[in-house]
Amino acid sequence: MTLLTTVFAAVISTVIWYRAEGRSEMKIGTLCCMYWGASLMWMADAIMEYKELGAGFFTPAPADMLNDFYLGLSVVALGLVIWLITLLIKDPKGIVRLALFRTK
Amino acid sequence: MACFIVPAAEAVITTAVTKIIKSKEKEEVIRISLSDGHFEEAVKTPFSTKLGWLNKMLWGGSALLAFEHIWHGEVVPYFPFLTAIENGETSGMLAEMGSAGVLMAVIVTAVWGGMVAVSSLIEKRAISGPETAKGGAR
Repeated sequence: MTLLTTVFAAVISTVIWYRAEGRSEMKIGTLCCMYWGASLMWMADAIMEYKELGAGFFTPAPADMLNDFYLGLSVVALGLVIWLITLLIKDPKGIVRLALFRTK
Repeated sequence: MACFIVPAAEAVITTAVTKIIKSKEKEEVIRISLSDGHFEEAVKTPFSTKLGWLNKMLWGGSALLAFEHIWHGEVVPYFPFLTAIENGETSGMLAEMGSAGVLMAVIVTAVWGGMVAVSSLIEKRAISGPETAKGGAR
């Protein structure tokens, strides 16, 4: 479920990257890379788990699924927070600098 | 247990390599053909930028996986930081790093390799546009 949630986040962020005008300024590519990287890593984890559990991998307990979905959503939120902090620190549009300095 | 350490270690190396390559790289201006038939001068995406994609995937993925390990209580905020070491399961942890961790690093790197190959193909097509246009006019 965590893998699925992250893959959805990766796909949505990639579609936004493709459609957005200021993709470079908004650092949307960073968000895409982050979600795709995590998705691929969880896919590797899923492959290892599938090797161990076989078909049982596809029938998780409802409580585990719910907890994994909760984790997935938390991961997506953390990704967004990391992206936002990166954006504010790099400040490509100079908005933060403008907010910090008042022109006379 | 601690599989995210392997891609994180790879990220440290690739970030250092990116910085070295970036310091030696020169800007390459090329003429590309646009979909509407016009031509435009553009700066070719340097290899360091492409390596940056791998860095972002490795760092971002490792960070989010580290969070998952904190969630499951496998990483703790006090020494030795990994519960596997604390519980005397170091060999199991190393075995997992050698299997799942290495597989993670290999998959991410392989996908990045595919991204670089596809982007190079797209670049080649855009550069070879004038020849295609000439061919079409004949």
